[in-house]
Amino acid sequence: MPVVLATARTFTLDGIFARPVRVEVDVHRGLPNFTIVGLPDAAVREARERVRAALVNCGFEFPLRRIVVNLAPASLRKAGPGMDLAIAAALLSASEQLRWEGLADAALVGELALDGATRPVYGALAMAEAARQGGAKAIVLPAENGAEAALVEGIEVVPVEGLGQLLGLAEGEWKPPRPEPLPLLPSVAADAPDLADLRGQPHLRHALEVAAAGGHSLLMIGPPGAGKSLAASRLPSILPPLAPAEALEVARIASACGRLGAGLPGGRPFRAPHHTISAAGLVGGGQPIRAGEITIAHRGVLFLDELCEFRRDALEALRAPLESGEVAIARVSGQRSLPCRFMLVAAANPCPCGRGEADPDCTCSPYEVQRYQGKLSGALADRIDVLAAVRQPSAADIGGAPGEASAAVRERVCAARERQEHRLGAGRCNGEMTPAEARGCPLSEGGAALLAELYSRQRLSGRAHDRALRLAQTLTDLAGLGEIGEEQMAQALQMRRRDHG
Amino acid sequence: MAEPDACLECLRRSWLLAALGPYVERIATGEAGSRSPELLRLSNEELVEVAAPKVAGQLLARVAALGEERLNQELLMADCWACCRHGDLYPAALRDAADAPWVLIGRGDPGLLDGLEPFGAVTIVGARRATSYGREIARELGRELARAGMVVVSGMAFGIDGCAHRGALDGGRTIAVLGCGPDVAYPASHRGLWRQICDQGLVLSELPPGASPWKWTFPARNRIMAALAGMTVVVEAAKRSGSLITMDLAADLGRDLGAVPGPVTSRASAGPNALLASGAHVIRDAQDVLDAMLGPGRRLERPDPVAALDPDLQAVLAAVEAGESTCDAVATVTGLPAASSAAALARLELLGYLTCSSLGTYSRTLVPSTSKASL
Repeated sequence: MPVVLATARTFTLDGIFARPVRVEVDVHRGLPNFTIVGLPDAAVREARERVRAALVNCGFEFPLRRIVVNLAPASLRKAGPGMDLAIAAALLSASEQLRWEGLADAALVGELALDGATRPVYGALAMAEAARQGGAKAIVLPAENGAEAALVEGIEVVPVEGLGQLLGLAEGEWKPPRPEPLPLLPSVAADAPDLADLRGQPHLRHALEVAAAGGHSLLMIGPPGAGKSLAASRLPSILPPLAPAEALEVARIASACGRLGAGLPGGRPFRAPHHTISAAGLVGGGQPIRAGEITIAHRGVLFLDELCEFRRDALEALRAPLESGEVAIARVSGQRSLPCRFMLVAAANPCPCGRGEADPDCTCSPYEVQRYQGKLSGALADRIDVLAAVRQPSAADIGGAPGEASAAVRERVCAARERQEHRLGAGRCNGEMTPAEARGCPLSEGGAALLAELYSRQRLSGRAHDRALRLAQTLTDLAGLGEIGEEQMAQALQMRRRDHG
Repeated sequence: MAEPDACLECLRRSWLLAALGPYVERIATGEAGSRSPELLRLSNEELVEVAAPKVAGQLLARVAALGEERLNQELLMADCWACCRHGDLYPAALRDAADAPWVLIGRGDPGLLDGLEPFGAVTIVGARRATSYGREIARELGRELARAGMVVVSGMAFGIDGCAHRGALDGGRTIAVLGCGPDVAYPASHRGLWRQICDQGLVLSELPPGASPWKWTFPARNRIMAALAGMTVVVEAAKRSGSLITMDLAADLGRDLGAVPGPVTSRASAGPNALLASGAHVIRDAQDVLDAMLGPGRRLERPDPVAALDPDLQAVLAAVEAGESTCDAVATVTGLPAASSAAALARLELLGYLTCSSLGTYSRTLVPSTSKASL
């Protein structure tokens, strides 16, 4: 029996990126043996058992020879079960049970069940895009992933339900129709929480609107039960809908994390990790690299409730990503850059017991309060643009009429964002303005005087100066004015976070 | 000017107290260590006999072996100086007290003690756990009294003490009396403040350089604070607070007592309110202190520009004065839209009428700024 070599193309997921992998199968005379080499992780190594069973159960013969599967490039770590289908196809081809000329031009991904049925994989969207870029003509993948891959134009998408269907494909007698691409979901789900639930609290509402309009980070401080979490969870409903390109970015990340639902997300992601989260969980990490909460919140909202309870190292890790909009994770195997342009919203109690120092029942010692507030004014606070002091709503507020609904607020927010995009370019907002851009904002005489007064009186840092300008510009955009007026500047100065106690 | 000068016997007393630290701690820490001022009336021999009978001989011998040169060397190394009760620099005010310290170890400007009369100094005391109201008042009292030429005495603790010092550093002169060596910054997080007082004011203690604080040393330093000033003002203190010990000591010396009134519902103001009920001077601002100490007539320079504000600002200011602290509450009370009340608050803060905490809550400052900016 001659030496037989067959190859197939597939992908492995690395963070949120699909990396091309070539499966090479060598079937050789010798003691029956089945080895997988090329830095496979445990799930890939277990493909041996799945592939063997699937082959046999689909009526193929499993060659009783010495089989070596190499996953190239050998230096890249391979993870997950998504390479089962490609290994099986290459093995069938090497043992001459599958004669398929198209195999060289196709990429195959999919996990195999023991009966040969395919199971969906994570990151199919990224893989389909990578396949097109890599020059593949078709991508064969589990039927469940078909709709998501069909979002990618310029490549044939072949959904299969089992290993056996490869035979039909090879002989050209069967070909499934191209699946319908995932539908775009409405930007606000019908059952999404509405801002109307927030009663009273005019200042908090205003702060939310301004933060949403300019993409500014927001910190709410107030006693428990005052409506901080409620307000934060309503934020996605007043944010502008995702642009098509942004929706695809969000979908790619969701797909890689196995979170893609029945449609292309139209609304913005909202993530509220628990405060016990580790730094790696928040910004991403691990081996292989997994996207963290900030990447899942890309183009959306990251809500940190009980900000002071978060681990300091986790909060510290947020600093650079907040500034640059992407998180760089270095590993021995190389550096990955994951996108993370999110809006930071945080909530905190005024002191550890939550009552606040003015309350006679507050039981916190001065040391506790000092330590607690030290966290608030620590590293992360430097990245907070808007500070909203929230108070307990009065009985009249709670029993009163519902507040303005999300739709109305959103209209104003969208109008303000449009002005910003017109000025700064597509997809950008005031919160991301560079210092040069911020200082270039048209400023009325009164506004400039106010800012200068504050600057000289409180010895503001340059950063705080620019932050006030950005905020004032957003207020101006919301008001639909051409230059920052005195009123807007005064409001911005009130809303800004203080640098000192 | 009188030079710092201390006799050997008095200096040895200071080192003896430091050596007795743990022993006195054992016998004096019943009711918050408040027995310590009484103990400190005793002579060296009596004190050692009461506090450490087993090692009495040893301790006395060790202290007696300390030579003048060695002690002066230690003072010099710690950048300190000393003045004893027989010296010219020793404040006359302290001589009133039966339990007056034998020696004062100082770090900073000895000129602050030179000719210091009781009516030239005000002691400000209060709780470590103070509210923003108390802190603001302490800061303003410290600043205005220092500006009026008073020496502001306090204990450099958290809360009221620290704020009084910070205010006073802004306006003039201040003395911190510590319960540890004057070269020891305690509490440690007040290191910056301690350094500033060393540079611009004076840090005093009856303990030698390097001495660590004990529970009993705080009531002991309180008696120095009470004796140094003609009036002791308590800003905020709970019912059973160390600050009230200072007030008792001041009362025993026949000094004036002042208390800053606070809400009757506030625990932090329970102490001063109770003192007011029993006849302490009502202290609303620095002027009240000056009136009580020096008699009416000495005026603080303070124009009243509130009337010149536009009506919206006045309404917002009135709301904050009535106790509203958040923007929402102000908007509700004044009926202004949230955006305008935010702008009004920002302007009032710029004008100096209000301060905003790092938590975003507003409070009224005591003294309006005299800025003539027309906002």
